[in-house]
This record gives sequence, structure tokens and C-alpha cells, in this order.
Amino acid sequence: MKEIDYLAPASLDEAYAALQNGKTSAFLAGGTDIIVQLREGRKQVDQLIDVKHIPELMRYGWTDGGGLAIGASVPFAEIYEDAEIARRLPCLIDCATLVGGIQIQSRACFGGNIGNSGPAADTVPALIALGATLTLGSREGTRELPLEAFFTGPGQNVLAPGELIVTVNVPPQPARSGAFFHRFIPRNEMDIAVVNVGARLELDAAGERIAGARVSVGAVAPTPLFVEEAGAALVGQAPGEEAFARAADAAAAAARPITDMRGSIAQRVHLTRVLTVRALRRALERAREA
Amino acid sequence: MPMRRSHVQTTLNGEEIDFLCEPRQSLLEVLRDELGLTGTKEGCNNGNCGACSVILNGRVTNACCVLGVEAEGASVVTIEGVAEGDRLHPLQQAFLEEAALQCGVCTPGFIVAAKALLDAEPNPDEGRVRHWLAGNLCRCTGYDKIVRAVLKASDAQEVTA
Repeated sequence: MKEIDYLAPASLDEAYAALQNGKTSAFLAGGTDIIVQLREGRKQVDQLIDVKHIPELMRYGWTDGGGLAIGASVPFAEIYEDAEIARRLPCLIDCATLVGGIQIQSRACFGGNIGNSGPAADTVPALIALGATLTLGSREGTRELPLEAFFTGPGQNVLAPGELIVTVNVPPQPARSGAFFHRFIPRNEMDIAVVNVGARLELDAAGERIAGARVSVGAVAPTPLFVEEAGAALVGQAPGEEAFARAADAAAAAARPITDMRGSIAQRVHLTRVLTVRALRRALERAREA
Repeated sequence: MPMRRSHVQTTLNGEEIDFLCEPRQSLLEVLRDELGLTGTKEGCNNGNCGACSVILNGRVTNACCVLGVEAEGASVVTIEGVAEGDRLHPLQQAFLEEAALQCGVCTPGFIVAAKALLDAEPNPDEGRVRHWLAGNLCRCTGYDKIVRAVLKASDAQEVTA
């Protein structure tokens, strides 16, 4: 690794100031991506800004409306060890428990997984299905945007120079809704997704029709996809295999994967269909339990 | 030109120490090259294999994905801090009895990771042990002996407690 400066700001203002000192910067939270990228020469910066001493990034809590605001750098393990989160937002647990192994989950965080902006990022389809937004902060103030609007390409996003991810906001979930995250990898643990899917289903008051749905697919395009057509195909339908198959077709049509060492185009399109159906089935179970 | 080095104070295996390191040095490099604690092994050096597992502020993590300067004010436990003097930790004893190692390079990482598990959950079942150790890779044993050793240590701890 090239010589580098290390800064550990204790507040957002200190972090914003550090971003304005004329040097190129990267953020250090869990370090599971950035330290490896710097060491292997895939990225080069003058300074690393350790954001783990900024209180706003290291805490999480329920909002008055029943949403969950997660500081960008709270480690996954802290989130999935919280019984209340596991009960109210099991879809978050689905993804947080399968990013890397326990050593990674001790340090890695939602903000890092999002900021790294990999097309296969495991927490992203789950968060998009849940309707998550990001709060970005800079010296000029904060702005909030839907997670699906954050990514612009592999490793690229809308974060402006001088800006950082402060919180990941999971809004209050609709009544009678459930969400599920599903990933395909060729082994049981510890691999990068060939395809991953997050899905949320909301039932009407009678529980007979789908009132709303969100489907997101990862690893099949330069960025994680929010497939609005899949959701639209479900609304008004009776929840079940027929409707799920139509949503799966929409998701597969939106997928534009590449062939690489992890899978071929054909396999990824097939998996998109299969995982979408399976995620919807489990989301339906959770919606009925809700 | 001399490298800029940072002064870091930390608690290492229960002892308050301080050291100098460059900001770019990983905790793994600091442990091995600056502090002479070579029990923590370098495997992949990119967060995949778990050979460099240490317990940082109570959570097991890969020392190759931590900077040495991040240890400021932290508590670090390495394989050197697992035994009590000459008395082996039940995990170390069980690894010997179950022949849960061959070449031994992954072993410190497995023992440190398993210690973090047993500290948090004294009685894990086999599935839980396998899931917890998914981030530790072993090319020799096929894992069964390692899992048996961890389960044995968990039983042994129960008897001693």
C-alpha cells in the first residue's frame, strides 16, 4: 500500500472539513473493501477518513413513525443481534447475516456495502425492497434520496466530493406486508452473489389481493436494479404462483447480465426468474404473519 | 525520507501497550512485524480466509482488514492471549486431542474465532459452529475434526464451569 494519511474525525463537521483539505480521500468504516482495494492498488487516495468516531454514523434507532434509521457505519453484527429488528424487519437480517463470514460482519456495514457500490452488493436489493432511502451529508447540509437512485455504475454513485452517507433509512413498513431477501451462490457461505433478489409484498385488508410490491435484483446489471415493472405486474393480483411468474418474467426482462467467472448470461436470467418467485413466496408468508 | 509513524496505545491480550506504526500498515502487519506476535497468520491478506482472526473490542475480525492505527484505545486479543500461562484453553486442548490440524496455518484463526463463539454462546450446536466458522478456511482437515474439537471444547467448558 502506498503511504497514506489517516484521520479519525470525531464529528460530521470535522469529517466535512477533512474532505475539503485538497487531498483525495476514501472513507474507512469496516475496512473490508477499502483496505484491500488500496493494498492491491485498485484504488489510490492521499488519505483515509475513519468515520467510526462520528456518533451519527455509529448509532441506530426507531423513528417516531416506526422506521429504522441506521447509522452508515454500524456493523452488521450489531444490527442482526437486535431482537427487535429481527422481529420487525427480518428482511434486513436475511441480508446482514450473509455478507461474508462472522469476521466481516463484525466490522462491515450498510453504508460501506452501499458506498462501495458493487453490482452484487447483498444488502442493496433487500434495502430497495424495503423502500430504503439514504441521507447524504456535506458542509452544505443534507439531502435524502431513494437508494435505487444512488448507483450510477460498478463502483460508482452520485456521492459528490465532500459528501458522505450519514444514515440508511428504512421507512415504516406497510401493514400486512412482508419482505424477503434471497441470494444464489454455488456454495453455502462466503461468496459473491451470482444473482440476489429482494422482494416486498403488501396485501389488501382482506388478504386476498396484492396491494403493493417492490422487487429489486442484483448482479444482473451494472447497478442493482429496482424493477418497477415486476411490482406493477403484481398489484391487484391474487397472491400466488401465477402472479409471481409474471413478476419473475418482468424481472428477467429487466436483467441485462454479463457472463463472467461466477455465471453466464443464461444462468443469471434463469436465476433471476427463480429467485424472484422464491423471494415472493417467502415475502407472502411474512406478509400473512404480519 | 523517514516514514511518518503514528503512536498507538492499545490493550493487547490484557496488557496496556503502545507502539509506532505507519498508517498504511494493517493490524496484522503490526502484530507480526512490529510486535513480534507471529501466532496470527497471514493467509489471503484480503479478508477471505480468516487465518488472521483476532478479537477486536469483543468481536472476531480479520486483522488484515484493520489498520494498526485503528487499534488506538481498543482491546485486541490474539492467539497468544488464549492460553492462561502454561494452561491451554479448552479449545487448544480439544484441537490437540481431536487432531484438528495438519499444517497448522489456519489453526490460530480457527481457535480465536471459535473462542469468540464460545465466549458469546457456550453451547452452540454443530450447525451453529459450522456457520460461525464459515469465514475460516482450512485446506487440510476437511473441517469435520475442527468442528468436533469446538464441540468438545464447549462440553469441556461446561464441565469445568
